[in-house]
Amino acid sequence: MTRSGTGIAQKGGPEQESVFKTSTAVRYALDLVFTILVFVATMIGLVVLAVLLIDIARDGVPRLSWEFLTGFPSISPERSGVYPALLGSLWLLVITAIVSVPLGVGAALYLQEYAPDTWLTRLIEVNVSNLAGVPSIIYGLLGLGIFVNLLGPITGGQSIVSGALTLALLILPVVIIATREALRAIPDSVREGGFALGATRWEVIRGHLLPMALPGALTGTILALSRAIGETAPLIVVGAATYITFVPEGPLSAYSALPIAIYDFVSRPQEAFQIAAAAGIVVLMVVLLLTNSVAIWLRNKYQRRG
Amino acid sequence: MSLLLRTFLLALTLALAGCGGRGQEQEGDGQSQIAVEGSSTVLPITQAAAEAFNRQNSDVRITVSGAGTGDGFEAFCNVDTQISDASRPIKDEEADRCEQAGVEYIELAIAQDALTVVVNPRNDFAQNITLDELRTLWEPSAEGQVTTWNQVNLEWPDQQISLYGPGSQSGTFDFFTERVNGKEDESRTDYQASEDDNVLVQGVSGDTSALGYFGFGYFEQNQQRLKALNVDGIAPSVETTQSGEYPLSRPLFIYVNAQDLEEQPELEEFVQFYLENLDQFVEQAQYVPLSPEAAQEAGERFNNRTTGTAPEDALGAEHKGNGK
Amino acid sequence: MTVEARRDPRSEAGKWHRESRARHFRERAIKIVLAACAYVSVLTTFGIVFVLIFETIAFFREVSVVEFLTSTTWSAAFANPQFGIIVLISGTLLTSIIAIAVALPVGLLAAIFLSEYASTRLRRWLKPALEVLAGVPTIVYGYFALTFVTPFLQSTIFPSLTIFNALSAGLVMGVMIIPTIASVSEDAIYAVPRGLREGAYALGATKREVATKIVVPAALSGIVAATILGISRAIGETMIVAVAAGNLAQLTANPQEAVQTMTAFIVQVASGDTPTGSLTFNTIFAVGTTLFIMTLILNIVSYLFVRRFWEIYE
Repeated sequence: MTRSGTGIAQKGGPEQESVFKTSTAVRYALDLVFTILVFVATMIGLVVLAVLLIDIARDGVPRLSWEFLTGFPSISPERSGVYPALLGSLWLLVITAIVSVPLGVGAALYLQEYAPDTWLTRLIEVNVSNLAGVPSIIYGLLGLGIFVNLLGPITGGQSIVSGALTLALLILPVVIIATREALRAIPDSVREGGFALGATRWEVIRGHLLPMALPGALTGTILALSRAIGETAPLIVVGAATYITFVPEGPLSAYSALPIAIYDFVSRPQEAFQIAAAAGIVVLMVVLLLTNSVAIWLRNKYQRRG
Repeated sequence: MSLLLRTFLLALTLALAGCGGRGQEQEGDGQSQIAVEGSSTVLPITQAAAEAFNRQNSDVRITVSGAGTGDGFEAFCNVDTQISDASRPIKDEEADRCEQAGVEYIELAIAQDALTVVVNPRNDFAQNITLDELRTLWEPSAEGQVTTWNQVNLEWPDQQISLYGPGSQSGTFDFFTERVNGKEDESRTDYQASEDDNVLVQGVSGDTSALGYFGFGYFEQNQQRLKALNVDGIAPSVETTQSGEYPLSRPLFIYVNAQDLEEQPELEEFVQFYLENLDQFVEQAQYVPLSPEAAQEAGERFNNRTTGTAPEDALGAEHKGNGK
Repeated sequence: MTVEARRDPRSEAGKWHRESRARHFRERAIKIVLAACAYVSVLTTFGIVFVLIFETIAFFREVSVVEFLTSTTWSAAFANPQFGIIVLISGTLLTSIIAIAVALPVGLLAAIFLSEYASTRLRRWLKPALEVLAGVPTIVYGYFALTFVTPFLQSTIFPSLTIFNALSAGLVMGVMIIPTIASVSEDAIYAVPRGLREGAYALGATKREVATKIVVPAALSGIVAATILGISRAIGETMIVAVAAGNLAQLTANPQEAVQTMTAFIVQVASGDTPTGSLTFNTIFAVGTTLFIMTLILNIVSYLFVRRFWEIYE
């Protein structure tokens, strides 16, 4: 005797009360609605992105040229270029990544794999979460106070290192949280299997957990670096120059950055500067895409369904 | 993991290679480097000067930042910068701090900005506005009260007026409130504010009942979208501002560290070059050059190394400072 | 074998013993290094508190805490300043709520699509495409809101929209946060073991039922983490609101009007012409401290909430 029918007639007896919807027609209809919903949701993001990019590209791409990429900023919009800003951003990106990724992954590993379940650990967890919401300009003030002023002799004051360290602190919570979630998703059986075979915790991490958590960690890194590359306010506070006559020669050098150049162009009255700003944004997005594609390639390589 | 490391190292090498191509010899940190910070309004003028100077003296490294006049003075009094861009004169507290730090400065007026009062081009009834009318419109007691055009001038229609203006943190605001309302920072607060003048242009040009005020350069670049009002009968223009007729023109300054001027020959060269070709830079930056008398006075102050602020600047406006 | 024989470095067992001592030492060293990484975040918080505290105290020496918390006017940078933080908080809340109202459903649904409905090939480029949204500089978003979204809304659904308004800023901020919620949730959803899904399918569940009743609950921890990350981002966002929401500090619940958020105020004063050390400048720090405390409370509450949820499912 069937418990819950789907329209199949039952011998004798009344239809039974069921916890589940019994009509397949309703279920399939809901399914269709849901499928449309998820598709539309994804499309919303893509459509907005496309509109934005097309709008910028329309203005910016014609302005792109070798001179624009290798030129210095100028009072004349036609002569302005983004060379020092581009190099500055690249320097910042590399140093920020080198600092924040190991720190972030390391912190996540500690919090998820090593830390005992005490109030102290919980405090650190809440702390990390909280730091993700601190506005970027406060990080700028922090960077100014500590890296530029206090540690000035080591960092060179208003230098690339100060800027990169400030950005690294800014994006650290994102890397930590994303990596942590990736580690959390790994079933304990993997860990226990490793321990059963006599491996130490670190050997289990290095051999199994890290590769499995890598995709999630990379997602966090992508999102984090994307944010870092586009930040303006903290860099201004920490001393990135708007106009500079030279390119950075090392991590202790003065510098400019793409978002600052863009912000400067955008606030000038001449229309031609608005076009230059659009071109600058295109350059920024290309750098972003290149950085992301490295991480994405790595992520695809390491990701497999459990 | 080592692949990641390798990739980062590759990127780092590329970045390093990129800057090896162009760039000057590093002569030792801060040796021939001139650091300028301060107002983002004055930044374009200093930038134009630095650009032209750099063409002839490519070994001098100049950085210019626009974090704000206040931040600029802070860095200046910390001896972090040699020149400070300022869209307002130095305030007492800042001057005191410089004095305590042993920093002596030379105040040089370098340009003027004409504050332009604009309305939408479809506004056909307003041609001129007096300073009194501006005050009626913008003073603190107007908040929530003065909301129609005819409350400002009886000849104007009984229509809603929407106001646009710079935010309370900009030098334009400081100057306007002091000149029109009598006291700095005194203004009604119920208006559309933005620190970015381009945004104000956007606002006024899209709103037929709008009235706003901002720097002359932004009006000049958008003349098809905006209509400028005469103030007290004088139209805003380079000529009327330079001659002093236009009542709403504000001075822009640079402050130079007097001691560094003596110790750093390239700094002296730069400021000299700056002042000699001032008109060219000011025009490139879309501001109004000083009158010949004011320019001469600035030159004299520099040549005589006169430190401290002037009690009354060449434009005839009294302002706060050490020499009050 | 005797203990001595086991420890004799020349024997096979002895070599293993020596190696395991080295392993233990390495283990401890690694644990300390990793712990140090985690404590960097603690140091950061101390740094932020340190940076904020002095000027905040200086601020409250001149302005009473009562006025700060209860006044309903904010005109900090004008003459005769009023300091009612409620006004700025309302601006932040208004824009953030709109942003999350957009980002959470869209982000979550997009995550489900990416994980459950899209083919592997499609997912490979679709996910990064959405992540590009996170990389667009926030000034660009701000101007997009001001020059595109606002006129669009004005001419269609909301004719009484002012040029600066909380709605456009909130919507665009929501779009910016979509990748944060979508991508992190999606990783969590993707990682749910296949077996769970296949078991459900075997019992006759439809794709929707598997997605909503099996997979999402299993990935809940990651989804909640993603959401909290998104909310934090919304509250801390600066440029979009500074450009598009206006700088009019007024207490309102109407998204069609201009507002000023806490972050927009901070940026306005920090990049303006105020002398450092003045009351107006110190206001930045008081507002920053308020923001910090607000997000802290939010995080503590959601942490407790998540822990309860988590225990139910484990």
